[in-house]
Amino acid sequence: MKNKILIILLVFFLSFCFFVLFKSLESSSIYVPEKKEDRQLAEFVSEDLFTKKKIISSEIFHGSDYYILNIWASWCAPCREEHPQLMELSKNSSIKLIGLNYKDDPKKAKKFLEKFGNPFSIIVADKNGTLSIEFGGYGIPETFLINKDKKIIKTFIGNLSDESVKQINSIVK
Amino acid sequence: MKLFKFFFVLVFTLNFFSITFAEKNDQLEIKISKNLRCLICQGQSIYDSQSDFAVSMKLLINKKIEQGLSEKEIYELLKDKYGEWIVYDTGFNKNTFILWGLPVLLFFLGGAIILKKLVFRKD
Repeated sequence: MKNKILIILLVFFLSFCFFVLFKSLESSSIYVPEKKEDRQLAEFVSEDLFTKKKIISSEIFHGSDYYILNIWASWCAPCREEHPQLMELSKNSSIKLIGLNYKDDPKKAKKFLEKFGNPFSIIVADKNGTLSIEFGGYGIPETFLINKDKKIIKTFIGNLSDESVKQINSIVK
Repeated sequence: MKLFKFFFVLVFTLNFFSITFAEKNDQLEIKISKNLRCLICQGQSIYDSQSDFAVSMKLLINKKIEQGLSEKEIYELLKDKYGEWIVYDTGFNKNTFILWGLPVLLFFLGGAIILKKLVFRKD
């Protein structure tokens, strides 16, 4: 009788282990940060990529209902892919586009914008990458939709798609 | 000569304190970066990783220490941006109470079983 109970317990335990391991095979082990809605935008001081003029966040996040902060660089291939989407978004007068140029050479960034067009009303330099971490970014490209209360209401990790543009336009209207 | 001696002692003392302070900050930066996971090279700590993200993160930690933020405040700041996952040593909260509580529970349960067996053997 005791042996029977032991065997049942052993079978139950092994089945449980098999089930847990089998389930974990299906799930991805790559962690993607949780997208927290309504996160307050970090205050920052930096400089304009081209003019080198000092920039204070409160001065640039001013005068619009919505802002798009896009982390980009001329050396980033997916940034080229999403550029048409950014150009499309720049046509929307309710949104102010702010670029955060990540660890880039200003000359190359300028060439990039001359070739593909400049959707940004201002470009902030992030020379050592610390500013993008202050925003909660961890790779490029990454795009944040910010409301007039300076709260991040949507985050797009990776390049923007046509679907992302539709989503943004539906929120902004 | 007296003035020279005074300046010599002053410069020496200031240097000593600035080196001690910098060393203390470096140690804290290393401690924090060892307790943070790299989001790009997952499985490595920020301290071990050489990814762009990790390099920038080390600079940010240094900047925050210089701004006077405590170790706990830096963790809270990063947890707010990237979630609880970013720290290796997670605190005790509603999501981790099983993780922290189960070993203690099993320890006492095991102890109780052993004690019971020993008492029964004596009887």
